[in-house]
Amino acid sequence: MPKTPVTFTLNGAETGIFVDPGLNLLEALRREAGDLSPKFGCGQGTCGACTILINGEPHLSCLTLAVAAQDADISTTGGLAPGADLHPLQQAFADGFAAQCGFCTSGMLMAAKALLDRNPRPTRDEVVEAISGNLCRCTGYDPIVDAILDAAARVQGRVTA
Amino acid sequence: MSIEFRKDLFADERDDNLNEIGKPKQRQDIGGHVRGRTAYYDDHLFDGLLHMRCLRSPHHHARIRSVDSGAAERMPGVRRVVHPSDVPNNLNTLLSLIGFGKDDEQLLSDQVVRYMGEPILAIIADTEAQARAACAAVRVDWEVLPHVLDVEEAIAPAAPSVNPAYANNTFDYGPYDHVKLRFGDAQAAFAQADHIVEAEYEMSPIEQAPIETCGAIAAPETADRFVCHTGTQALFFSLGTAAKLLNIASSRLHFIGGTVGGGFGGKVDSITEPMAVLGAILTGKPVKFQWDREEEMQVGAPRGAERWRIKDGVMADGTIIARELTGFFDAGAYTRLSSYAGTKCTGHLPGPYSIPNVAANTFCVYTNRTPATAMRGFGITGVDFAIECHMDRVAEVAGIDPISLRIKNAYRDGDMKAHRRVAKNCALVESCQVAAGKAGWILGTEDMAASSMAGSTPERASIPQTALDEDGKINERRAGRTATTSPVKGTKQLPAGTHGRSHVAVPVQRPDMQIAPERVGHDDPAARGAAHAPAPVAPPVAAPLQPAAAALPAAAATPTPPRAQPAAASQPTPPASAATPPAAQAPQLQAKPYKPDEPFQRGVNRPGASRFLSGARRR
Amino acid sequence: MTIHTGRGFACINYPIGMNLGGDPSQALVHSTPDGKFMVTLSAIDLGQGMKSVCRQIAAEALGVPIEDVYVDTADSDTGPHDMGSFASRGTHRMGNAVIRASSEARAQMMEAAAEELEVSAADLDTDGRGNIQVKGAPSKMITVADTAIAAQFKQGRTLSGRGIFLIEPSGVDWDTGEMSPVTTYAHAALVIDLTVDDETGEVEVKHINSAYEVGRALNPKLVEQQLIGGAWMGVSHALYETTEPYYPARDHLPQDFNTYLMPGPGETVPHDIAVLERPAADAPYGGKGPGEMCANPVLPAIANAVYNAVGVRVDKLPITPEKILRGLQANGGAKPGPRQPGTPQ
Repeated sequence: MPKTPVTFTLNGAETGIFVDPGLNLLEALRREAGDLSPKFGCGQGTCGACTILINGEPHLSCLTLAVAAQDADISTTGGLAPGADLHPLQQAFADGFAAQCGFCTSGMLMAAKALLDRNPRPTRDEVVEAISGNLCRCTGYDPIVDAILDAAARVQGRVTA
Repeated sequence: MSIEFRKDLFADERDDNLNEIGKPKQRQDIGGHVRGRTAYYDDHLFDGLLHMRCLRSPHHHARIRSVDSGAAERMPGVRRVVHPSDVPNNLNTLLSLIGFGKDDEQLLSDQVVRYMGEPILAIIADTEAQARAACAAVRVDWEVLPHVLDVEEAIAPAAPSVNPAYANNTFDYGPYDHVKLRFGDAQAAFAQADHIVEAEYEMSPIEQAPIETCGAIAAPETADRFVCHTGTQALFFSLGTAAKLLNIASSRLHFIGGTVGGGFGGKVDSITEPMAVLGAILTGKPVKFQWDREEEMQVGAPRGAERWRIKDGVMADGTIIARELTGFFDAGAYTRLSSYAGTKCTGHLPGPYSIPNVAANTFCVYTNRTPATAMRGFGITGVDFAIECHMDRVAEVAGIDPISLRIKNAYRDGDMKAHRRVAKNCALVESCQVAAGKAGWILGTEDMAASSMAGSTPERASIPQTALDEDGKINERRAGRTATTSPVKGTKQLPAGTHGRSHVAVPVQRPDMQIAPERVGHDDPAARGAAHAPAPVAPPVAAPLQPAAAALPAAAATPTPPRAQPAAASQPTPPASAATPPAAQAPQLQAKPYKPDEPFQRGVNRPGASRFLSGARRR
Repeated sequence: MTIHTGRGFACINYPIGMNLGGDPSQALVHSTPDGKFMVTLSAIDLGQGMKSVCRQIAAEALGVPIEDVYVDTADSDTGPHDMGSFASRGTHRMGNAVIRASSEARAQMMEAAAEELEVSAADLDTDGRGNIQVKGAPSKMITVADTAIAAQFKQGRTLSGRGIFLIEPSGVDWDTGEMSPVTTYAHAALVIDLTVDDETGEVEVKHINSAYEVGRALNPKLVEQQLIGGAWMGVSHALYETTEPYYPARDHLPQDFNTYLMPGPGETVPHDIAVLERPAADAPYGGKGPGEMCANPVLPAIANAVYNAVGVRVDKLPITPEKILRGLQANGGAKPGPRQPGTPQ
């Protein structure tokens, strides 16, 4: 089967890969583009571990065809930290002990980033809703919700400072 | 959410001024987690990675008349069809690595399937989709056999036999088809009780559901070895299991793991690792065997179902004087770890309470169900649900506050437990008091004054005369010669005070491996006493290999604790004085010469042989 | 339709480690040329924090700062044998092995420092900040880094240690059940407050008050992680989860997270925790494993609270609305039990 070229922006970098037409974006990012931060948890669109941002909106990469990413602007947790320092969300997750096995963390961070990008001052309910498609088996969720609220506060603090 | 650390409690038993211990240090792995950089097994990339999928039984129990994989072999991308005959040593039981149980499960089943989802063949292809498509193209002619799904139906005389290694549908515990716990005489005590409280409880199977599914990637490495990246919870269990099933020297296996996306007990079974390594051996290419979520839920072994019946004899004041328990672990079609749950659970009975008469029968039963395995709280979660619901029933019948009832019956330091070991380091009473206090659940002054460190009496500390029976010998129940599953009236008496010795930590190999007593942070008698003692006599001395013993099931070969003379003091032997090496402890295989060029298991390929205790497994 | 309030209690103990098959763990510790320490294991970190707790234990036993220790696990070519991460054995067994390996490495470090300082090793102590001092004369000191450099490049010593911890295997007496199944026990007790809707059978857990006795909280934040997540899992087991909802029938088999239910972030329960610490003699710094036991008391406490709320004893897990409604039907409606002390209004 002939492979199809797909080009997109991945965490700010122009990226081009060749994929089988039926390949999902999760596998394409991991195997072809080498970004291992989105994770395979179910392949059914029910766990959220593969969450990435496409043009700023959260998407389940396991349910997205790779060829559909043509010309898209894709962000993943692998590109979340602007440099050596952590992004406020990453820092809040670390400080708040909001990860145990860490397998859901990438997807959680992307879902949270999408929320904070469109709503910098979310309520607790809004945070809960934003991550309600992301499963975590370790933490009991509250530390994750707390960390996202903490990150929002940190960003606000930086803005007002 | 709030958390408080009650440093005021047991304060005199701890040094709270340690340098690093007790400090809220950040996790070593957190940077990787939040950057998406933590490398789980599937985050190791290999060029030309092949994908493996299994063809699975659609039936609970069926004979395989024929398999036609011809069409599948010709499908695009298919590199190899893996048949049961490709597995060099296609029979194993997980706990053979610690010498417990008979080999009873094939990696790929060649004649009969015993649960829905049992794999009979695997296909390796360039993509996962191609492997799936090829699996769908395999034609199997099944002869459906009668099945049994209920534990108590499975031990009835007419039930279909599930697993040929245990034809009676029960695991063999010594001479019996169940684990017995006998302490005092529960049957006699029931006659003295003011109330009898009986009930039955059940827990259905539960999925571990880690977000990362089970899987492994294996690839040829240098020096004729194979690397295997795995999400296992037990690296050497998986390595040893792969070496045994594939009849390959362990020195040719290089297992890498340790960073796992959740496990909860579901990643001990070591199935994906031998499958992936077999794929790499057969194709010479990197092969991934990864369960999808559907397999994780319905093929991956769950926390098995349990059924429990409890009967308590209770005095008017709430004192429980007798408890009888009958438990059934639903192992599914193969043993995996369920046999261990039976013994671990029985040692836990009757829960954290001092009850002078206890009898329990715990069964590990085979049914035509997905094999069960470990999960968080393994062997305990189900029976604790039963016991604690039952305690509420008892409280209601006796008309006593539920927490007060627990404190009244709670075990205290120095009490004798039903498995004939002394309770120590208890804290149930304090836990009850603190939880009640947080919830504003007012307890009486007597309950608030109670302590785990007081309240034991010579009577509570002693081992009573015990009624024994020989009910439930292997083969008798299925033959209809054993009437009941519950503990029966004893036919002979074991004198009071009878017990063996405690099993304690093997002392340090060399004195300078012993932490200095002042650096322990609490009182550890072993550290105090053994700090500068000469190196201990050799740890468990291996007995020479005895062919007669080797023919027995491993469980039967496990030595029983030596009995003290009935005339011996009724007080238990303090653990510290029990440092003499056990004469005939399990590990038997020591004298095997080291032959690095021979497969790992040569000479130890028999039921119960342990590859880790043998001394034969070296690199 | 009425919403009934119920309060339930349960307490448990939990066996730590497993003796029934022999259960060894090994650890290796060695220093880098400049006095940092590598701990090499084949233990598994599946989120519980194995790497982190072993790092902390090694730092404590060596007497060096945690920043100077790194745990490398698990590679079968370099990490010595370990049975694995299950049965609440990781912290107990591996922690003890790490203590022994670290103690041996520490002994060599102190000898090397003693040679440099020309004193007896018995007169030296670590300050936990990377220095080795003469007891009572802290100004006479040498850094761990200089000690390691001297050991390797001048004295020809290694600063390394091996550790193994094993409780000898216990058999079972098949007539009495006599055995030494485990080494120590952790404890827990908790009070559940919940409501039951007698029209829908739905249970809403409102609050958990708990006490967990963990021997010693080796890292209080890691303990907190386990206790919060574990109680969440307990609620999930009690009310939601099963792969076979009509066990023993093999029907209605969930195959994805749409049909295998767990509470989400909107259904978490406020949880107030007290941690008790009664060190176990042979546990590493007294610490028992909190990870497995923390879910267990939640299941019966919820069942008992449901009974207290509406008088229905659901003795078969999970406690689904269907089972509660069938119980209510059988009982002729809700029959609330006595109001337990302290039940919130």
